[in-house]
Amino acid sequence: MKQDSSELQAQVEALRTDARRELPQLKGLEACEGFRVRYLGRKGMITRLFELMKSLPPEARPAAGKLLNRAKRELEQALGERQQQIRLSSQAQQLEAEALDVTLPGRPVALGHLHLMSQTLREIYRIFARLGFQMERTREVESDEYNFQLLNIPPGHPARDMWSTFYTTRPGLLLRTHTSPGQIRVMRRYAPQPVRAILPGKCYRYEQVDATHEMQFYQVEGLAVGREITMAHLKGVLIEFVRQLFGQERRVELRASYFPFTEPSLEVAMDCIACGGRGCRICSGTGWLEILGSGMVHPVVLQNGGYDPDLFSGFAFGIGPERVAMLKYHIEDIRLFYSNDLRFTEQFG
Amino acid sequence: MRIPLSWLSDYLELSDPVEELAGRLTRAGLEVAAIEEIGADWQGISVGQIVKIEKHPQADRLLVAQVDCGSGQLKLSVTGAPNIKMGQAGQKVAVAWPGARLCSGHAEGSPTFTVKPARLRGVASEVVLCSEKELGLSEDHSGILLLDPEAPVGTPLSELLGDTVLELELTPNLSRCLSLIGVAREVAALQGTRLEVSEPSYRAEGEPIAGRVGVQIAAEELCARYSALLIENIQDGPSPAWMQRRLRLAGMRPISAIVDITNYVMLEWGQPLHAFDYDRLRERAGGKAPKITVRRARSAESITTLDGVRRDLDQEMLIIADERGPIAIAGVMGGQETEVSEQTRTVLLESANFNNINNRRTVARLKLPSEAALRFTRGIPAELTERAARRAAELMSHYAQGRVSNGMVDVYPHRQPRRQIELAPRQVERLLGLSLDAERIGEVLGALDFDCEPQGESLRVTVPWHRLDVEIPADLIEEIARMIGYQHLPASLISEPPPSWRPEGALDLELEEQVRDILVSCGLTEVINYSLSNPEVEARLYPEGQAPDEGQYIRLANPLSSERGFLRRNLLAQLLQTVAANRRHRSRVLLFEIGRVYLPDQQDPDSLPAEPRRLALALSGARRAPSWNQKSEELDFFDLKGIITELLSRLGLEDTSFVPLSAWPFHPRRGAELRSGQQPVGRLGELHPEVAQRFGLKERTLLGELDLEALLAQSRRQPRGYRPSPRFPAIEQDLAIVLPEKIPAAQVSELIRQAGGPLLAEVHLFDVYQGEQVPEGQRSLAYSLRYRAPDRTLTDAEVQKIHARIGQALTRELGAVVRGSEEVAS
Ligand SMILES: [Zn+2]
Repeated sequence: MKQDSSELQAQVEALRTDARRELPQLKGLEACEGFRVRYLGRKGMITRLFELMKSLPPEARPAAGKLLNRAKRELEQALGERQQQIRLSSQAQQLEAEALDVTLPGRPVALGHLHLMSQTLREIYRIFARLGFQMERTREVESDEYNFQLLNIPPGHPARDMWSTFYTTRPGLLLRTHTSPGQIRVMRRYAPQPVRAILPGKCYRYEQVDATHEMQFYQVEGLAVGREITMAHLKGVLIEFVRQLFGQERRVELRASYFPFTEPSLEVAMDCIACGGRGCRICSGTGWLEILGSGMVHPVVLQNGGYDPDLFSGFAFGIGPERVAMLKYHIEDIRLFYSNDLRFTEQFG
Repeated sequence: MRIPLSWLSDYLELSDPVEELAGRLTRAGLEVAAIEEIGADWQGISVGQIVKIEKHPQADRLLVAQVDCGSGQLKLSVTGAPNIKMGQAGQKVAVAWPGARLCSGHAEGSPTFTVKPARLRGVASEVVLCSEKELGLSEDHSGILLLDPEAPVGTPLSELLGDTVLELELTPNLSRCLSLIGVAREVAALQGTRLEVSEPSYRAEGEPIAGRVGVQIAAEELCARYSALLIENIQDGPSPAWMQRRLRLAGMRPISAIVDITNYVMLEWGQPLHAFDYDRLRERAGGKAPKITVRRARSAESITTLDGVRRDLDQEMLIIADERGPIAIAGVMGGQETEVSEQTRTVLLESANFNNINNRRTVARLKLPSEAALRFTRGIPAELTERAARRAAELMSHYAQGRVSNGMVDVYPHRQPRRQIELAPRQVERLLGLSLDAERIGEVLGALDFDCEPQGESLRVTVPWHRLDVEIPADLIEEIARMIGYQHLPASLISEPPPSWRPEGALDLELEEQVRDILVSCGLTEVINYSLSNPEVEARLYPEGQAPDEGQYIRLANPLSSERGFLRRNLLAQLLQTVAANRRHRSRVLLFEIGRVYLPDQQDPDSLPAEPRRLALALSGARRAPSWNQKSEELDFFDLKGIITELLSRLGLEDTSFVPLSAWPFHPRRGAELRSGQQPVGRLGELHPEVAQRFGLKERTLLGELDLEALLAQSRRQPRGYRPSPRFPAIEQDLAIVLPEKIPAAQVSELIRQAGGPLLAEVHLFDVYQGEQVPEGQRSLAYSLRYRAPDRTLTDAEVQKIHARIGQALTRELGAVVRGSEEVAS
């Protein structure tokens, strides 16, 4: 039986119409597979039409082949699109089902905290490292000789009133009242080489503990000894330090002061960081905050350290890191440092 | 030191506003701690005069005063002041009108109140007659303030009594400024003005002093000078109002003319004076001329001082004595017996110079600080005694009807040396970095009374008598810097290159900081405890009777409290206290401390102790931070060991081991000693329940203390070279064994490694099991072993051979039973 090409055409058309109607009805990928088998499978309708084509007259076959191939491609493409649609929609459903309440708290990462003192000391070390000062460790239990006598404070000297001292039951031994005995130790360690060092550490004073006094506190001593060190360098270094620590805009005032181991001695004050110099409670209305004591190393001390005061000069300073931290973080009670209440400690570092 | 500006103005003209003056003084080293404006808030308070005082009709203790306030109408005031009496009149008083603000007379801390018209028991009280306390002048509320009789009625009180007082906080070198004149000298130099101090003027018309008192200095090294004047015919009474006012402003209480004058001169010149009742001295001398000796006290000597306390003296204490014994402790306090009183007619006035160091010692021994002692301990120039004595004589002749005897006793064995210092301009430049010529230097120092004489290139500077603190060129240079102002000196960074880098110190610092960072990232928070502790707290870490005794501690001679009377020997005791304190409000506490312990040398106890750094760690509570989405178990030994292991590895300590340790304060079966090679470098473990109880810790606590010095010293100093990733795949095989539970895991893994040889790359323990299917007293350990060769892919056959060898070794050496193994290739 010879087939008529127009009949084939009609059949293709019908197949197309059926497929178009069926495709949007397909639910799920399994239904899609059934569709594919029925239309495009090895025994599917398209295959059957190709077989019918063989009964066409040879001159009609190329056109019919083209027609069938196009129909096949069309079906394949439409099926592919439908399958993609179905995949996306089922994925969307799944994602919806996986919804999280992202406003719930995250799982805590429990790192610890550095003590505020360590944090403050690091800041001080960094600034002085940039200025060429290296860290040296010095001892805390000292002799009267190092804590006082070699620093130009003989027994009975009125300046001894400046330090309330913890003495020990061992003759001549005391808890250092300041880091200054470290000056002698470091000078003796390096004389006659030049020195540029900072000496941090704990100090102790026999003082009733209250919001502004502690029996234990830290100090950072600074010492520079060389052949050409002048007060201009002392000023330069300390102004730089204050500004790196408290801000470039700080105004710095230098005041005459007194320490038996420096001559001349001076105190460094900066405009109050709380009120900018207008006067407030923190600066007791003066607009200024004293932050460190310093001076040119006394010739007697240079000599005790092993340097000839006619050839060498030096400067020294002492910083109270608790005070630095108290000013920076508006802490009004020094006792918080060593009470180790984590509710305080964990606010830092 | 309190400086009333009205008083200071006696000696020079003040050219600057007070804030500027205060700033100038502060920059020059005389720190102005406060500027007190007296009377700034005296609005509505003026001078009144009492016209009549009557008894209150309803109240026995109250009086009704009629006061002329200058307003034309008398005002009524009801008062209970005991220092006015019924029937008296004419007193000048401070009257507060309604609306004025006063300090409360009775309450502590001086809260203020506003004056309102009131009726007191039926009588109208229109104004308030003020006490010193109500005016904020002092704490005295014992009566109303009686003003200078000359004060004009109606004058605002602030015009009469208002003042500005500078509160100076003086460093010990500024003894010269413990006097008005000393401060005036500084101000004059800073302002560039002249000081005006007039010479004392009085007529010495009394009988000559010669022969009426003998003075001998037996301890010349402690008394450089002793000057004395005799003033007769004294009528002691209140001192003049202006003097009382000045004393009050300066912070001293007026007492009587004689005492006030000695105090006034001390405040003015800085020279403490002492007034003896001459007639009492004469009595003691049996009516003859008293013979006074300045000497050290003799053993067993004592004196009853004018505060009525009997004081035992030691042989270092300097005293003033007559032939019968001590009459005063030199420069500290006078004796009661020879004290001046209202009956005193003749005063022997002592103006002396005592050694400051000896005085300081006596003051400390007797615990008798005073204004006089403050000045003596800081040092006073011997030149001053005569001037001060003459000034006091002047005031006594003017204000106490005194007749000054002719002449003065003045024993002056050690003349104050005239000090001269050579100063070259280049020395100034070398210290200040500022070049000044000799002329300018002379000018600057001249303003402070230094006499500068050119000597070639340099200057010969003569130090004025009132400057004991200037001894060497650096002292002069400080004076120059102070006067020029430190703000005007140059500033620059150091031009010399820094000294060579010292890598050891830098590395040590870096490593210590690294330890902190590692521990913080392991979840531990840093604490810093007190170095001061006590053996009792530390003894809680030891079994009864085994703690170090007190002799092994550095002990304070003057502790603030018994809890902090010794230097700690370990960090653990206080760390546990910190844990306990924080556990009250925290479910998990993970802490560390880096700090020193203090270990005296037992062979040489008086030498400086060792102060090694230690690292202490303590963990307690939940392993994880509390959260809605994670459950957490309690921290245990292996958390602590894990942290320490991580720390050791980060520090690059290679050969470390944990050896079982059964010692306090640890659980006898849950403690370990950390070793580096063979050297013990720390201990860790679960806290012994007995110790936990002693520290009030209810939950399990893990504790460790490591020798930080050793750890840092053995830490890797050189960076370890890079090791490339393996090029050939590893073969992983599991090994499960059952063996007696007493055999430590470390021994098992050590044996596995030995038997495995170089091709066994990794040994990882992934399970420890006891229970069903494992016989009693045994446990099952499961390892995953990775085999690898650096140069080829291993064959299964090779691996099987080694794996079997390991199993055999475990069986042979440790009696282990090897369970079926499973191969996994990776
Ligand atoms: Zn302020």
